[in-house]
Amino acid sequence: MAIVYQRSKGLTEIEQHFCPGCTHGVIHKLVAEVLEELDIIGSTVGVASVGCSAFAYNYFSCDMQQAAHGRAPAVATGIKRVHPDLAVFTYQGDGDLAAIGTAEIVHAAMRGEKITAIFVNNAIYGMTGGQMAPTTLLGQKATTAPQGRNKEQHGSPIRMAEMLATLDGCAYSERVMVTDPASIARAKRAIKKAFTLQLAGAGFTMVELLSTCPTNWGLSPIEAVGWLKENLVPYYPLGVYADRSEQKEEATR
Amino acid sequence: MTHEIILSGFGGQGIMAMGKMLAEAGMQEGLSVNWLPSYGPEVRGGTANCSVMLSSEPIVSPIVLEPTEIIVMNKPSLLRFEPQLKSGGVAFINSSIIEIPATRRDISAFYVPCLDIAQELGNPRAANMVMLGAYIEVTQCVQQKTVEKMLSHLFTGAKANLVALNKEALRRGATCILKAAS
Amino acid sequence: MAKELWKGNEAVAEAAIRAGCRYFFGYPITPQNEIPEYFSRHMPEHGGVFLQAESEVAAINMTYGAAGSGARVMTSSSSPGISLKQEGISYIAGAELPVVIVNMMRGGPGLGSIAPGQADYFQATRGGGNGDYRTVTLAPATIQEMTDLTQEAFDIADLYRIPVLILADGMIGQMMEAVEWKKPRARKLPAKDWATDGTKGKREHNIVNSLFIDPKDCSAHNIRLQQKHDKITQNEIRYEEYLTDDAEVLFVAYGTTARICQSAALKLREAGVKAGVFRPISLWPYPEKELYACANRGSVKTVVCAEMSMGQMIDDVKIALNGTKPIRFFGTGGGTFPTPAELMNVARAALEEV
Repeated sequence: MAIVYQRSKGLTEIEQHFCPGCTHGVIHKLVAEVLEELDIIGSTVGVASVGCSAFAYNYFSCDMQQAAHGRAPAVATGIKRVHPDLAVFTYQGDGDLAAIGTAEIVHAAMRGEKITAIFVNNAIYGMTGGQMAPTTLLGQKATTAPQGRNKEQHGSPIRMAEMLATLDGCAYSERVMVTDPASIARAKRAIKKAFTLQLAGAGFTMVELLSTCPTNWGLSPIEAVGWLKENLVPYYPLGVYADRSEQKEEATR
Repeated sequence: MTHEIILSGFGGQGIMAMGKMLAEAGMQEGLSVNWLPSYGPEVRGGTANCSVMLSSEPIVSPIVLEPTEIIVMNKPSLLRFEPQLKSGGVAFINSSIIEIPATRRDISAFYVPCLDIAQELGNPRAANMVMLGAYIEVTQCVQQKTVEKMLSHLFTGAKANLVALNKEALRRGATCILKAAS
Repeated sequence: MAKELWKGNEAVAEAAIRAGCRYFFGYPITPQNEIPEYFSRHMPEHGGVFLQAESEVAAINMTYGAAGSGARVMTSSSSPGISLKQEGISYIAGAELPVVIVNMMRGGPGLGSIAPGQADYFQATRGGGNGDYRTVTLAPATIQEMTDLTQEAFDIADLYRIPVLILADGMIGQMMEAVEWKKPRARKLPAKDWATDGTKGKREHNIVNSLFIDPKDCSAHNIRLQQKHDKITQNEIRYEEYLTDDAEVLFVAYGTTARICQSAALKLREAGVKAGVFRPISLWPYPEKELYACANRGSVKTVVCAEMSMGQMIDDVKIALNGTKPIRFFGTGGGTFPTPAELMNVARAALEEV
C-alpha cells in the first residue's frame, strides 16, 4: 500500500500538550517537515523557550536545548558559535520574543547571527493563562487588561517582523499565518527559505507566524480562525519584510 | 630586603610603565614582586598611581600603606604621599615641575630634574626612565643592567631606536644622583 | 619554567585558554575589562570565539548554549554584572552544564564602587539564583593561585557537570605578580555524550534542560543534584594554613583579606603574639571539618574572622566551629580593606577577652 502521508521524522512520538484548535501543532509539523526535507534533522539543534513553546524540546527529534524566558536567541548564539556547521533555530512565543526577550532577539538579528527564529504570535500569553502580551491588539481583553488594551495605558502593539527587518543583519523576515491549506503551504515555504538562507550563511532569519489561541481568546477553534483573519491580519499584515540574501533566486521555493 | 614603593604623577607621565619595569626587573632578579595600580576614573587623565613591592621574602599583603620610598612626578602626588612615607623613607621628587621641597625631617629627599634631563635627550617622555635610573642608583634594589636588558626586549622593530634613548635616560638619572652625592 | 609578570585579569584569561577554553562571552564592567579584552585579542589565535554580548544576561545564556553543545566555555564579570547572570547560573546548575564563571568583586550593593570587595560571598556560596543548587566557588589569593585554580575549575566543571565560580576581587584582577605556568594535573574526564552537537542520525536526541514539570521528576532531579553536591564536598575541599601550628589567635579569611591577615600575623609574631591564618580556598564546599580541626588543635584560644564585607563568611565559620571557640568579626565594606594594624588590634582584644 502506498504511503501518501505520515508523521514527519522531525517529530518525536510524544503526544503534544496543545489545546484543541491551537495552531502550535501545525507550526511544529511544518518545522519538522522542513528539517526532514532539507535532510538536517541530524545536524540541527533547536532551542525551546518559555510559554506554550516550553515543551518543544520533547516534540522535535533533533537535539534540543531549553532556554530561560526570552533568552533563546542568546542560547542559540552560543550553540551556533560552537557549531557553525549545524542549523540552529529558536521556537519562541510573543511574550518570550517580543517582551522579555527583546534585547536578545534584536541583538541576534543585529549581529546577523546565523540562526532561524520561529516566532509564534498569538497576541496573548497562553501558558500563564491569557495575560496581555506586547502583541495584544488595542481593545483586546486579557486577564491583565480586563477592559481591553488601551493605547494611553499600554501603548500600541509591537510589530516584530517589520522592526527586525530594519536591521542589516536580518537576512530574512516574513510574516505568515496557518489558518488554511494555502496559508499553511506558504508558511512552510517561508520556514524552508529561512533555514535555507541560514545554511547558506546569509544571516539572521525569522518567520513570524500568526497563530490561534482559542482557549485564551474565549472562542471556538473555528471562530478563532475567523478572528485571526479579521483582527490580527489587518494589524499584522502578511508578507516579506526583509530579504537580503544574495542567494535569493537560488533559495528553495 | 623589602621595598614598598608608591609611584605617582599625571596620567601620561609613564607612571604605570615605570612601576611595571621595576617589578619586572625585580622578578628577573629572583625577588618576590607585586604591582598594584589605582584604577577606574583616576586613570582617565587625572592623577595616576601604582605601588610596587620588591622583597627577598614572599610577599603576603599586596597593599602598600607605609611606603619605604615614594616617586612623585607632580605636586599633588608629593602633597598626597609624603605624609604616608615611612619614617626614614626616601622621596624622589620630579624637581622639573615640583617647585616645593619635602617638608618632613624624618625622611630624605632626592630632587631629580628628570623632565629637564629628558628634554636635553630630545624626548620628554623619557622623564620616567631618568627617574627610574635615579631611584635604582639610590636604592640599589635591582641592577641597572637588568632594566637595560629589558629595554632591548621591550622596544623592537620600529621602536628599536628607543632602546638607546631609554638606556641613556637611565644612565643620566643615575649620574644625577652621583653628582649630587659628590 | 621561567616566571612571567602577569596582570590578574589577563592571567585568568590566559589560564583559561591554556585549559582548553575556546569560547568566551562577556560584557564590559570595571574592574574586569582586561578579561574580555584579552580574549578578544587572543581567542582568534587559537581558533576560538570571543563575543561581546548585549548584556550579562545574554552572555551567560550564550555560555549556557555553548556549554550545552559540548564546549569548554567561560564568562566573567564583576559584582553587579554577576547579579544579572544569576538567572543563567541557576539554569546552568539545573541543566547540569560545565561552565566557569569569574567574578572580580567590587563594592556593593547596587552600583556600589569599583574598588575591591568581598560582599558577594552569600551570592556565590548560597546561590544567587532560584532553586536548590550549589556553585563550586574557588577563591584565589595570588595570581599564581588563580591561574592554577582556573585550570582546575574547568576540570571540576566537566567532572561534575556543575558551574564553577572563580571568586576574586578587583585588586587581584588589577595587580601584577609572577606566574609560573604549570602543567595541570591530568584528570580523567567523562565523555560529553549528553551534548547537543547534532544526532547525526546515530542516536536519540539529546536534551539540555532544567524543566521537570512533574514534581516527582523534579524531586528526583533535586535528590540527584544533592548527591552530586555531597560527592563534591567529599572530594573538592581546598584550604591553606599559615603559621597555625602554635597559633593562639587564629584569623579566618579568604582571598585578598587572607593576605592582609598574613601580614598582621607576621607582625603580631614579631611582637610576641602567636597568630596564624586559616584560609579557605574552596568557599563552597567550605572546609568546615578542617577549620574545626585547626581551631581545636590545642593552642588556639580565639578566632578572628575578617572580610571585605560586613559579615558573610562568618556564618560558615560559626557553623564550622559550632560554639567551640570565641569568634570576633572584623569587616570593611563598600570597596575598602582592613589594614594589618586594625587586624592586630582586633586580635589583641580578642586574646585579652579569653
